[in-house]
Amino acid sequence: MSDIPSAAEVKTELLEAYPKKVRRKRELQVVVNDPAAPPEVGANSRTIPGIITQRGCAYAGCKGVVLGPTRDIVQITHGPIGCGYYSWLTRRNQTRPNELGPENYMPYAFSTDMQEQEIIFGGEKKLKAAVEEAYRIFKPRAIAICSTCPVGLIGDDVHAVAREMKEKLGINVFGFSCEGYKGVSQSAGHHIANNQFFKHVVGQSDRPVEGRYKINLLGEYNIGGDSFVIEDLFARCGFTLVATFSGNACYEDMANSQQADLNLVMCHRSINYMAQMMETKYGIPWLKINFIGAKSTASSLRKMGQYFGDPELAERVEAVIAEEEAKIAAVRAEVRGRCEGKLAMLFVGGSRAHHYQDLFADIGMKTISAGYEFAHRDDYEGRRVLPTIKVDADSRNIEELEVAADPAAYRLRKTEEEKAELAAAGLRLGDYEGMMPQMERGALVIDDINHHESEKLIARYKPAVFCAGIKEKFAVQKMGVPCKQLHNYDIGGPYAGFAGAANFYREIDRLVNTSIWKLIQPPWEAEEA
Amino acid sequence: MLLKHTPAEVVERSALTINPAKTCMPIGAMYASLGIHGCLPHSHGSQGCAAYHRSMLTRHVREPVMAATSSFTEGSSVFGGQANLLAAIENIFTIYDPEVIAIHTTCLSETIGDDMNQIITKAREDGKVPDGKFLLHANTPSYVGSHVTGFARMARAMVDYFSEHTKRNYDQVNVVPGWVEPSDMRELKRLVAEMNLQCVLFPDLSDVLDAPQTGRMQMYPRGGATVAQIRDAGNSVVTLGLGPTASALAVQGLDAKCKVQGHVMELPIGLRATDRFIASLRRINGGAVPDSITAERGRLVDIITDWHQYFYGKRVALVGDPDQLVALSEFLVDLDMLPMYVITGTPGKNFEERMAKVLGDRAGRAVVKQGPGADQFYLHQLIKNDRPDLLIGTTHCKYMARDEDLPLLRFGFPNIDRCGHTYFPTVGYRGAMRLLEKMLDLFLDRKDRDAPEEQFELVL
Repeated sequence: MSDIPSAAEVKTELLEAYPKKVRRKRELQVVVNDPAAPPEVGANSRTIPGIITQRGCAYAGCKGVVLGPTRDIVQITHGPIGCGYYSWLTRRNQTRPNELGPENYMPYAFSTDMQEQEIIFGGEKKLKAAVEEAYRIFKPRAIAICSTCPVGLIGDDVHAVAREMKEKLGINVFGFSCEGYKGVSQSAGHHIANNQFFKHVVGQSDRPVEGRYKINLLGEYNIGGDSFVIEDLFARCGFTLVATFSGNACYEDMANSQQADLNLVMCHRSINYMAQMMETKYGIPWLKINFIGAKSTASSLRKMGQYFGDPELAERVEAVIAEEEAKIAAVRAEVRGRCEGKLAMLFVGGSRAHHYQDLFADIGMKTISAGYEFAHRDDYEGRRVLPTIKVDADSRNIEELEVAADPAAYRLRKTEEEKAELAAAGLRLGDYEGMMPQMERGALVIDDINHHESEKLIARYKPAVFCAGIKEKFAVQKMGVPCKQLHNYDIGGPYAGFAGAANFYREIDRLVNTSIWKLIQPPWEAEEA
Repeated sequence: MLLKHTPAEVVERSALTINPAKTCMPIGAMYASLGIHGCLPHSHGSQGCAAYHRSMLTRHVREPVMAATSSFTEGSSVFGGQANLLAAIENIFTIYDPEVIAIHTTCLSETIGDDMNQIITKAREDGKVPDGKFLLHANTPSYVGSHVTGFARMARAMVDYFSEHTKRNYDQVNVVPGWVEPSDMRELKRLVAEMNLQCVLFPDLSDVLDAPQTGRMQMYPRGGATVAQIRDAGNSVVTLGLGPTASALAVQGLDAKCKVQGHVMELPIGLRATDRFIASLRRINGGAVPDSITAERGRLVDIITDWHQYFYGKRVALVGDPDQLVALSEFLVDLDMLPMYVITGTPGKNFEERMAKVLGDRAGRAVVKQGPGADQFYLHQLIKNDRPDLLIGTTHCKYMARDEDLPLLRFGFPNIDRCGHTYFPTVGYRGAMRLLEKMLDLFLDRKDRDAPEEQFELVL
């Protein structure tokens, strides 16, 4: 490993081109890892104007990420046409309508297509008409209204419109103040989505759910069919999935999700608010799990078994793990033979840059550098730093709901003593240790990486694969390095669970061993050289 | 069924757009900006705009699409975006070193009323623009027009900022190509060169958004119209604006500012529109048409005569952008096909008149709809009531096409699920040949798929 440049040296190189003010800020967001004592990351801070950032906006985090995968809520974008257009079917959330939610509006984009006259005179009238038209044509069980930038500026009250329409139409109608300028990234939109789902959807139904081990899966969005793989594992182990937020979800499941006895948190960044609020209001503990990577999937399933404490359940879990492991061991060994020791970099999301390190580890690849696009310090350093996070002006503007135990619906699932016992046995509820304790000492952790830094980083480390999103993909590949998209999976997947892991091993094998990379140079140029 | 909730019955809508047939202005401005050499487009708004536009353009071209953003926060939305833009300009020139920053606004910065002229003046006064570097801007509020008009405004801004008349060059013609593919821009330049004329084509995305894989990332690929070229456009003898919706503004700008005679025409898609494009060039080059072009035309006509039976009488639904729809419809009519539904979300003048002109006596049998209510949902409802033989539109149409079992010819922006549009043109005679090949493949693959066994034919 001696030929790998030192992280501190590379950090200096990444930042040297910057104006002083930019460098000062970026210095806090580019850190050299120490897993035992992770240094503070200047995460969830403003994007520097003019920087070619990966980040999107609050609307994208709310409508695109959290709300989008729900199939049977008509989601009307209130604003000019663009935002609704760009979030139309571009996130690959798969869904399978069933008896509880037979409708599927996901192939539809709904917008008020706000015009200049609404910017001047207000858009509430048009919004009301749009809600009524949507109801008249589709008769959905719920309608959601998502605000775009101008809505907040001109003062349209989407929540008042929602209340009025709810009353008038007799279905659930609720609004999201997820204007794009809120917060500093998609992250603000996640929080806003969590709040409104919690206020307006969770607990709206009281349908009894059969099953002994009832769970919700939070923060899994069924990109490329990931949820389907996970659902299959749950069913075979004997867990009853009440609701997913929000992959393959329907309204009724989410409205009834307070029936679960355990919340599983997949993407901590986008959904931890929901987990916290449900614990306070309903007494449902939450557990951070990760179904990306074979080892992590096995360990997550075991933790779930441990939580419910039934030996028979634990036995079934072990049987399923053994059966699945047997199916993928050969492909993993084969791919490992070709990929072992190669370098990977991951810059994506608020959890995938962590989760996917486990998949690379499965095939012996080393994550030399990683970072999130829109995460907070707790996603890097662990929830233990929460009390020390300073709330800045951008975060303060995002509503924090006051939640209390519901006198009727609260049911304590685990007492503090039981939680302590589980913790002593290695099962820490309500905790996430973050990305950095799992990464190697000396790895470079880069928050909100930008084009300039990516380019430098690739030139210095020459990784075998760079993981990012669509905006970065072709720039990286023009440098002769394969780029794996971890937002949309390059139209691949599923990558969750064991079956998904095998897909990912094969995909990485394909990427790092693609023949064409060796043929880029024309033979006549090679002769000259 | 993918769109299983779409009823056949059409209900009048006044407020709700469903499955739009347009998107917003800023993305068009960003696309056009990339057609300036050495330019970094800059989105003055929330960073989500830049993220969405870059993502969509990238999916369409599968190339790096570089652009920066002012990254508005709630504070800048209240106090104005000047501080963000000034910081952005300084950071961009220091870190990314472009020759030009092309700024476009968004619904956010327009709603709060940021004055771009004032901010740009201040940037210059504060010394944030290094010597020899340029800024330009276009106002592109997303609540006006569409992606096409955003393109038009940025093309116009290039003229307003850069074009100058110093000495007329009677062998030089300007081509404002409209919102077409890099491949089309390359083909247009080839045709002008074949006609023995010098050409300033802007915006020019060839060699920018179809850059070769070399193993070296070039932040500013070798293509794009240079500032010097756009400046020199003021000396050209004529400007051909292809597609009024996307190009008329720039043509008018050159006329007003540099007295370059302007000629706005339909996009040269298909036989007669290309004939008119060549005719316009003949008026400048003294009338000569090289044999090579005459032969290209002849080959195109040959395909039509050879395969006419498969085109004749076919009924077509089209959805897309006005300039493309008018030109395509004229070509379809020349093939004896029948445009049935022609839908665009882009508002603007004269579309219906232009359509009526190209449809001629077929106009009465076609539904032509534009602007509010003209969306893909409405088109789908029309299709459910009376089925066409072919659907021409963007990638989003594939849901309709699958549900209704219709062949889909992908055409226009965005095409995010097929290869080829950035490399193989559809303008000019060669482009028309490609369109014919694509349509024939669709019709004949379907014939081979659907024919009863006893009628399955070896030769078609």
